[in-house]
Amino acid sequence: MNNIFTNAMARNTIYGSVLVILLFFVLTFGTVRTLPERVHHENITPQVVLGKAVWEQNHCVGCHTLLGEGSYYAPELGNVYQRIKHQTNETHAGPFIKAWIEIMPTDAPMRRQMPNFNLSKTELNALLAFLKWFSEINAANWPPNIEG
Amino acid sequence: MLYSSQAVAKPYFIAAIALFVGQILFGLIIGLQYVVGDFLFPILPFNVARMVHTHLLIVWLLLGFMGAAYFIVPEEADKELHSPKLAILLFWVFLIMVVLTLLGYLLVSYATLANLTGNRFWPTMGREYLEQPTISKLVLLIVAIGFVYNIGMTIFQGRKTVINLVLLTGLIGLAVLFLFAFYNPDNVVLGKYYRWWTIHLWFECVWLLIMAALLAFVLMKITGVARELIDKWLYVITAAVLMTGILGTGHHYYWIGTPEYWQWWGSIFSAIEPIPFFVLTVFAFTMVNIRCCEHPNKAATLWALGTAVVAFLGAGVLGFLQALAPINYYTHGTQITSAHAHLAFFGAYAMVVLTMISYAMPMLRGRAAANSHRSQVLEKWSFWLMTVSMTFIALLITTAGTLQVYWQRFVAEPLPFMAVQEKLVVFYWMREVAGLIFLIGLVVYVISFFVGGEDKGETSAGVN
Ligand code: HEC
Ligand code: HEM
Ligand code: HEM
Ligand SMILES: [Fe+2]
Repeated sequence: MNNIFTNAMARNTIYGSVLVILLFFVLTFGTVRTLPERVHHENITPQVVLGKAVWEQNHCVGCHTLLGEGSYYAPELGNVYQRIKHQTNETHAGPFIKAWIEIMPTDAPMRRQMPNFNLSKTELNALLAFLKWFSEINAANWPPNIEG
Repeated sequence: MLYSSQAVAKPYFIAAIALFVGQILFGLIIGLQYVVGDFLFPILPFNVARMVHTHLLIVWLLLGFMGAAYFIVPEEADKELHSPKLAILLFWVFLIMVVLTLLGYLLVSYATLANLTGNRFWPTMGREYLEQPTISKLVLLIVAIGFVYNIGMTIFQGRKTVINLVLLTGLIGLAVLFLFAFYNPDNVVLGKYYRWWTIHLWFECVWLLIMAALLAFVLMKITGVARELIDKWLYVITAAVLMTGILGTGHHYYWIGTPEYWQWWGSIFSAIEPIPFFVLTVFAFTMVNIRCCEHPNKAATLWALGTAVVAFLGAGVLGFLQALAPINYYTHGTQITSAHAHLAFFGAYAMVVLTMISYAMPMLRGRAAANSHRSQVLEKWSFWLMTVSMTFIALLITTAGTLQVYWQRFVAEPLPFMAVQEKLVVFYWMREVAGLIFLIGLVVYVISFFVGGEDKGETSAGVN
């Protein structure tokens, strides 16, 4: 086999990856072009941007997932808007989520705890705007159901 | 050891092992917080402990890679390291950055840390694996550049072996792909998209090249197989990694707001992603089978074979199991993900660094070629304790994940997340027990360094 498959041939197989990289760039180009529509770019207001900062600077992703990415310790939050609306039968989930974040932690013994982040009114409203914007992203019908 | 500058690897390896111990201690804390939800709350909330767990993981592996490169490159390039002083300087810079970052995580709240480090001027924090303050990331980038420069110059001025070139390609890729960690646009989906260029392309592309090069080096040394043959395998593995791993990134783009065509591309390329892992396993066993000499370091041989096998199981099998879009629709972001992450990381990266340490450390400590028989027996015990307990962790969490998917996502009347988690406590308790056994294995590993006895001598291996 040594003579049939030489070292030079083995080395040349690496050039195949050039095609793969090109295809990766083409698909990336397609993605970047269609994203504004899929995420409703026009809805990314300054308030949503602030909400994103609040989200990141309090490390919500250290316990929760956002569209399945993050930690698996606490509920998915990409669709928390829909879930709370469904649970409370209200037209707006905002007030409930706000109240939830403000009354944390539950201090229920043995139960997993979410800290209190002492957010200001502006920060809380921005966080909600962020979660609301996020819940409207076209994520190919994921999660499979309301429980996330 | 052929060159005195290879000795700079030693502090890197020692620090790597110390941080590895820390990683496992924090793993046990979060494992306990899974079942005793208020354990250490509010002093050490889950998110902080988890962040310490994954941060320590990444940095001890990076230390291990750097130490390994400093050991391998001079020997392969047939010359002293370009600048041993720079290597030691960068070691301390890196270590101080790691410790300060850890103190920041543990002493103040994350929001305060973000504030203190000026995250608002250049926000990069608060994303999984990229939690470090922007300034820590910058220090890491500088260390990476200095390190690649040092290694690159050595190779440039010396012999350019295939092992060195594959290693260098991986290391340059590591530094370049890290640049995407600094890009965090307002459009969260776009940010998620490019975050994987760092995370996925590290784990499943450039780190794999590094891992393959390290394994090839150790296998060549302990089996005495001709370099020509090793090179041929390494070429094939490199090609397989690049051709599957790059577009395999698509398996993270199914449900995060990116176009549906990724479900096709991601699935197709993920389906062939196990190939490089399979080739690696065949490679390792073939080389050991056709070895021409008996190297006295039996422990290193065991680690090398173990790396290939566990990487194949954790990445090739557990990764593939959830990689096809119709399956991933249900398993995405569950305990099944976590099971794969653990076994793949342990098998591919933790074990390859331990392989390298096992091979190099005896020589770095002035022994002929291997530790004493007694020391090796302990090391082999630690191998089995850690490998078996990690396999159990993966199996337990896969089972928990399967049930989670069933109750939370599959049945007609799905249960809420928290209700499902309560049903899984028995698995989490068993994971904690397996984790304790893992810790025992790690302690045995550390003890094996302090066991004396007569060294094993040189053999005819190492003709390459
Ligand atoms: C230390 C872990 C942790 C962190 C950090 C955390 N959470 Fe939570 N969160 C939890 C846990 C645990 C629950 C479930 C609590 C329960 O049911 O008792 C929860 C529940 C929630 C819920 C209700 C979800 C539902 O479906 O009922 C919302 C909304 C929420 N968190 C928002 C946030 C936001 C926003 C942040 C960041 C500012 C955040 N969380 C950070 C642990 C955390
Ligand atoms: C031995 C005891 C260990 C225990 C009890 C443990 C426990 C945990 C827990 C509870 C999480 C958080 C999962 C979540 O997000 O909810 C986690 C995450 C993680 N751990 Fe460990 N761990 C251990 C060892 C290890 C080892 C040895 C490695 C790698 C070599 C590792 C790598 C990781 C990684 C990569 C993550 C992030 C997973 C993801 O995002 O899917 N852990 N671990
Ligand atoms: C050494 C190699 C590998 C390592 C270290 C690794 C590590 C990881 C980690 C840490 C995650 C969790 C990411 C997160 O937190 O969201 C992950 C996810 C994933 N990996 Fe791997 N992986 C490896 C190889 C593979 C391979 C070969 C495949 C496919 C064949 C694969 C398929 C996947 C998939 C599909 C996910 C997403 C899971 C989800 O949807 O939640 N991985 N991997
Ligand atoms: Fe991946």
